[in-house]
Amino acid sequence: MNVSVQNNEIGGQHASELIEELRITDLHAFYGEGHALHGIDLTVHQGELVTLLGRNGSGRTTTLRSVVGLIGHRTGSIVLKGEEVINSQPHTIARLGVGYCPEERGIFSSLNVEENLMLPPAIAPGGMSVEELYEMFPNLAERRKSMGTRLSGGEQQMLAMARILRTGATLLLLDEITEGLAPVIVDKLAEILIELKKRGYTVVLVEQNFRFAAPLADRHFIMDHGHIVETVAKDELETKAHVFDQYLSV
Amino acid sequence: MLTDLLGIPPQVLFGQLLLGLINGAFYAVLSLGLAVIFGLLNIVNFAHGALYMLGAFTTFFLAKYIGVGYWGALILAPLIVGALGILIERFLLRRLTGVDHLYGLLLTFGLALVIEGVFVKMFGASGIPYPTPEALKGGVNLGFMFLPYYRAWVVVASLIVCVATWALFERTKIGAYLRAGTENPQLLQAFGVNVPILTTLAYGYGVALAAFAGVLAAPITQVSPLMGSNLIIVVFAVVVIGGMGSIVGAVVTGLAMGVVEGLTKVFWPEASATVIFLVMAIVLVLRPAGLFGKTA
Repeated sequence: MNVSVQNNEIGGQHASELIEELRITDLHAFYGEGHALHGIDLTVHQGELVTLLGRNGSGRTTTLRSVVGLIGHRTGSIVLKGEEVINSQPHTIARLGVGYCPEERGIFSSLNVEENLMLPPAIAPGGMSVEELYEMFPNLAERRKSMGTRLSGGEQQMLAMARILRTGATLLLLDEITEGLAPVIVDKLAEILIELKKRGYTVVLVEQNFRFAAPLADRHFIMDHGHIVETVAKDELETKAHVFDQYLSV
Repeated sequence: MLTDLLGIPPQVLFGQLLLGLINGAFYAVLSLGLAVIFGLLNIVNFAHGALYMLGAFTTFFLAKYIGVGYWGALILAPLIVGALGILIERFLLRRLTGVDHLYGLLLTFGLALVIEGVFVKMFGASGIPYPTPEALKGGVNLGFMFLPYYRAWVVVASLIVCVATWALFERTKIGAYLRAGTENPQLLQAFGVNVPILTTLAYGYGVALAAFAGVLAAPITQVSPLMGSNLIIVVFAVVVIGGMGSIVGAVVTGLAMGVVEGLTKVFWPEASATVIFLVMAIVLVLRPAGLFGKTA
């Protein structure tokens, strides 16, 4: 596993101790004839929370789906916890400790809340217990026997998050978790992400809600047309404000 | 009595009801297998009738060549034919992943024609008798009808298999995987579940159910290369009525359609061969997803 030296400090770790959790090099992804990603390079360190920001169609979701192996045609290199996975199947990738929360939440309608929660197999030791998860997401405890799709959007999102925290995954790939949710739920999700960061989880967050993502993230990768066009550290938010205006404003 | 009012002797009515229940038991087990396969693979398995026939022929071969009787065949034939199903999925059907359903239908239809053609060539179109197991010979007079033990066993065994399959799907972790895989196999795989193996096993299980029905059928019908093709169209109608991919729908509709068919034989014999298709047409018009299917 590579250890890199950087000047910033992440999750309380000294710069010289940063461990690479995910390294993507020259990643290209294709949907049939369509070329969606054009040579993505990024590195995420253990305990870091990074965002992929950009407009719709900029390639953020495709990047996450490429990492978990859900894009059939991809080239380049994706190294997860020191292991090359560019040619690996999704179930093999997940078992390296990756938890994926898709944009559409992926709650299974034929399963109730508890069945949805217990569905993903434990992929590593150290996952949260069901009791811990119900404490973190009390709404789910109350509705444990309800069918998954009977939940509100916010509850579904919490279920989608809770589901991967039980598995022992330490690298969380979260796609648009705030989309369509009420502000009070968004605030709750922010609190949860802060808690997860404290516990040492590594998080890659695809977001459009910059106000939500800005105070949480260590670094922001700005994407446009399948490229990473800029990387902004949290202490550069003010000096590089023009980048956000240029690539995120509608 | 109602039967007296209708001018129908109770022996005839209950006899046909029993016959309907037995047919319904076959419909239930076969449509259950089809539902399992369609649910996870999204394939309309037209080879199901041929695999049912292979179950019956395997029973016959086991007895003829290695002296394994009915009870051994009840276990071995589904395992052998299920293993063949695993090979079919692994080396043929998997190649069709991601393409239109029509290709799966055509492939399995072709496969059925090949299997049945080979068996007709080898054994002729007429059937081969298979004896009723010693322990299930004879029957009991219920007063209003004579109930053969073997036919009662067919209904009981089918119900046991249907309930066990339902429990497997609804009460176990692997069942949760199967249900989730029916909805979103990609996401399930991204959670770390080996969906390709799950799919292969599901096909093998569905095929094993067809073979199990074939073993049950061997002593009742002649073991014949075309025994599956005679049944499969009705079974497809049952699956459509119950709702494609619905486990409960397959079982309940299978039994119900057997009974409906039996009753129609009593009251309007000419319509008995078409009544299930009439029900299918009505269900398709009123509820296209089937009685137990999920509407899109």
